[in-house]
Amino acid sequence: MSAQTTTTLNTLVERIRLRRDRLTAILMLSPSVILLAIFVYGFIGQTAWASLTDWQGLSANPVINFIGLENYNQLFTGLLDVRFRQDLVNTFFFTVFFLAGCLGMGILLAILLDQNIKGETIFRTIFLFPMALSFIVTGTIWRWLYNPGGGINRLPTLIGLPALEWGWLTDRTQIWQFNWQDLPAIFALVVAAVLAFVAYRHWRGGRRRPATISGGIAAVILIWVLAGGAASVQTVPFPEKHGFNIAFIGIILAAVWQMSGYTMAMYLAGLRGIPEELREAARVDGASELQTYLYVVFPLLKPITLSAMIVLGHISLKIFDLIFAMAGADNATTDVPGILMYLTSFRANQFAKGAAIAIVMLVMVAVVIVPYLWTTLRSEHEL
Amino acid sequence: MKKLFSLALALSLVLSIAGLVLAQAPSGELEIFSWWAGDEGPALEALIAKYNELYPDVEVINATVTGGSGVNARAVLKTRMLGGDPPDSFQVHAGQELIGTWVVADRMEDLTFLFEEEGWMEQFPEGLLKLISTDEGIWSVPVNIHRSNVLWYVPAKLQEWGVEVPATWADFLAICPTLKEKGVTPLALGENWTVNHLWESVALAELGVDGWNGLWDGSKAWTDPDVVAMWDTFGQILDCTNPDAASLSWQQATDLVVNGQAAFNVMGDWAAGYMVTTLGLVPGEGFGWSAAPGTDGVFMMLSDSFGLPVGAPNRDATIAWLKLLGSAEGQDIFNPLKGSIPANLNGDVTNPDLYNAYLRSAAEDWKSNTIVGSLVHGAVAPESFSSNFATVMEIFLAGRNGEQASNAAQAVALQAGIGK
Repeated sequence: MSAQTTTTLNTLVERIRLRRDRLTAILMLSPSVILLAIFVYGFIGQTAWASLTDWQGLSANPVINFIGLENYNQLFTGLLDVRFRQDLVNTFFFTVFFLAGCLGMGILLAILLDQNIKGETIFRTIFLFPMALSFIVTGTIWRWLYNPGGGINRLPTLIGLPALEWGWLTDRTQIWQFNWQDLPAIFALVVAAVLAFVAYRHWRGGRRRPATISGGIAAVILIWVLAGGAASVQTVPFPEKHGFNIAFIGIILAAVWQMSGYTMAMYLAGLRGIPEELREAARVDGASELQTYLYVVFPLLKPITLSAMIVLGHISLKIFDLIFAMAGADNATTDVPGILMYLTSFRANQFAKGAAIAIVMLVMVAVVIVPYLWTTLRSEHEL
Repeated sequence: MKKLFSLALALSLVLSIAGLVLAQAPSGELEIFSWWAGDEGPALEALIAKYNELYPDVEVINATVTGGSGVNARAVLKTRMLGGDPPDSFQVHAGQELIGTWVVADRMEDLTFLFEEEGWMEQFPEGLLKLISTDEGIWSVPVNIHRSNVLWYVPAKLQEWGVEVPATWADFLAICPTLKEKGVTPLALGENWTVNHLWESVALAELGVDGWNGLWDGSKAWTDPDVVAMWDTFGQILDCTNPDAASLSWQQATDLVVNGQAAFNVMGDWAAGYMVTTLGLVPGEGFGWSAAPGTDGVFMMLSDSFGLPVGAPNRDATIAWLKLLGSAEGQDIFNPLKGSIPANLNGDVTNPDLYNAYLRSAAEDWKSNTIVGSLVHGAVAPESFSSNFATVMEIFLAGRNGEQASNAAQAVALQAGIGK
C-alpha cells in the first residue's frame, strides 16, 4: 500500500519536474524566437510585400498600390534596368573568381604551412591577419594602392621603368561578352550538360533506368535549343551585351587578400585532422607525394571545401562595403546589386524597386544556403 | 481700488514684455544638418558663431555628413525624416531637389510668412523665387549662388600654347588636335559626376536656353534630332579629355589645369574657391575664367538653401536661424568664405574686401544674365530623374550611341513625371 503511494508520488514529482523543465525551456527560448520572428522574418515579409507595390517617394501619407510582379519584370526585361542585369553578371564573375582565388590560395598556404616549417605561428598570424580587418579598412587601403598617381602603378619606377597606366577600378573594358537574349539558350545548354553528365555516371554505375531518363531529358532540351525554342523566349527587346568588367580584377584581388587567410586556417585544421597513418599507408603502397595529396588528402578535405564555399559564397553574393569603400557607389564598372539597391532606394527614392532587388539578392543567397542547411540538419538527425 | 488697478496694469505690462522677450529669444537646441565639412566648413561655422552671438541661449548642434554634393548626407536625411526624427533645419539644393522630394511629400512648412515679414520678396531675384516656390508656397531660404557653366584655364599657358579661349564647342573641337599634338590634355575631367557636370554645359550650349528649359517643363522631347546631335558633340568632346578621368576628384582635375598638364576644365565656381583659398592663386593672373563655350550671357545657377521641416523640434530657434541665413548681413558673412555670391540682392557684392575679383564678376553676371537651373545640382529636375540620369550616362558611355541615350533619358523623364 505504502509502496504504491510512493510510486505514484514519485511519478507525480517526475511529471511536474518535466513540465517545469519544458516551461523553463519555452520561457528561455521565447525572447529570441519572438525577436527573430519580428526583426528577421517580419521585415523580410515586409520587404517582400513592398516589392510587389509601386511605393516611391518620401510622402508622409504615401499612396501605395499593389502591382504584382511588375517590379521584377522591369528588373529583368526593362530598358532602364540594364544596370541591374549587368550587376547580376558582375556578381556571377566576382563569385566565381573570389571563390577560386580564396580556395586556391588557402590550400596552397595551408600545405606550405603543414610542412613543419620554422616560425609557423608567425606566418599563420600574418596570413590570418587581413581577416581581422573590416572590409571598409581593406577597401580604403586598396583604394590608395590602386590610385593611378601612386601605389601599385608607381612600383616599376623604383627600378627605373616607366609607371604603369592601368586604370585599376575604372577601366571600362569588358571581356567574355554575351547577348542577354541568348541567356535562355545558355542556361538550357548548361542544364543539358549537367543531365548528360549525370546520365554518364549512372551508366557507368550500371543503373540503366535513371541513366536513360536523365539522358533522354538532356536530349530533349538539346533538340529544343537547336530547333530555336530557346531563342523564341522573350527576354529584352534589343540585343544587350553583358560581360566581365576588367575593373573587377582589382576588387577580386583585394577580396581574396582579405579572405584567403580564413580558408587557409580551415584547410590547415583539416590537414592536421588527417591521421598520419593514412598517408603512411599510401606511401607504403608506393604513392608519390603528389599522388598522396590527390587521392588521399584532397578527398578528405571535401567537407571543408564545401563549408568554406558556403561561407565565402554568401559573402560574395551580398558584397557591398568593400566595393563602396574602394570604388564608391557611383563607379558603374564595379557595380553590384547591393550598391544598386542602396542607390535605388535612398537616392532615387524608388523603395518598391529597391525592395525587389533586395528580394532577388535574398533568393540568390538562399539558393546557396538552404540546401547546405538542409543537408547538415539531416545528417545531424541521422547521427 | 485705483492703486490695485494700476498695479494690475503694471504687472500685466511686465508680464507681456517678459512674454515678448521670451518669444524673441529662443532657447534650447538647434540641430543644423548639412554636408559642409572640410573646405566648406569654416563658412558654416562663421555663420553659427554669428547666430550664437545673437541668440546665446540656443545651443547649436552642427550635424554634418561628408560627401561631395551631399550624396551621403541625403541618404542619412531620408532615413531620419522617414523615421520621424527630422533635424531642425537641413541643407538642400534649391529647386526640384527640395520640391520634388520633400515638398510633394508634405514634409516642409510654407515660409511665405517669413519672406513677407523680412521683405525678402523684393530682396531675392524673381527667377530664384520662382525656382523655390510652388503654387502652395515658398519652401526654403537660399543662402548662396554658385555658377555651374564656367570654363577655367591659365592665361599664361594658353599664350604659350598659342590657343584662344574657345567661344563655342565647335571652336574647342577645332583646337583640340593642336593641344593634343603638344602633349596637353585639351579638357581636364574627373570622376563620374563631373562628366554629368560637363554634359549640362554642353547641353545648354547646343540646345540654347529655350531648349534646355524645355527639357524640364516637358515641352521638348529628349528624342528630338538636336538632342541626339548634342550627344554626338558630347562624345567628341569626351575624346578630348584625360583617360584617367574616372579616378580623379574634381580638385585633381583642376590641378591638371593649374599644373599645365591640361588646357581647360569645366567646373562650378567652387573651383575658384579651391584655387584661391587652397592653392593661393590670384584670380585673373593665376587662373582665368569665362562662361563655358556657347553659354555666354547665360548663368546656370545652383543654390544651397535651408528649410523648415514639419515637426522640427525647435521651431522658434529654426526661424531665427532662417532669418539670419536670408539677411544680407548673414549672407555677407557666409559667402566670402564659401566662395559663392549672396542670393540676397542687398549683399555687399562690390566690396573688394569681402569678395574677390572672380566673385565680383560673377555677381555682375548674376544680375545681367539669363538665369537657368542646373540638373546635376538639383535645381531643375526631381531626384528620381537626376539619380537615374547616371544610368543614362552609363548607357551613353558604354555604347556611345546618342539615339540610345536619348531614348533612355526620355523613358526616365516619363517615369519621373517631368512636364506633368
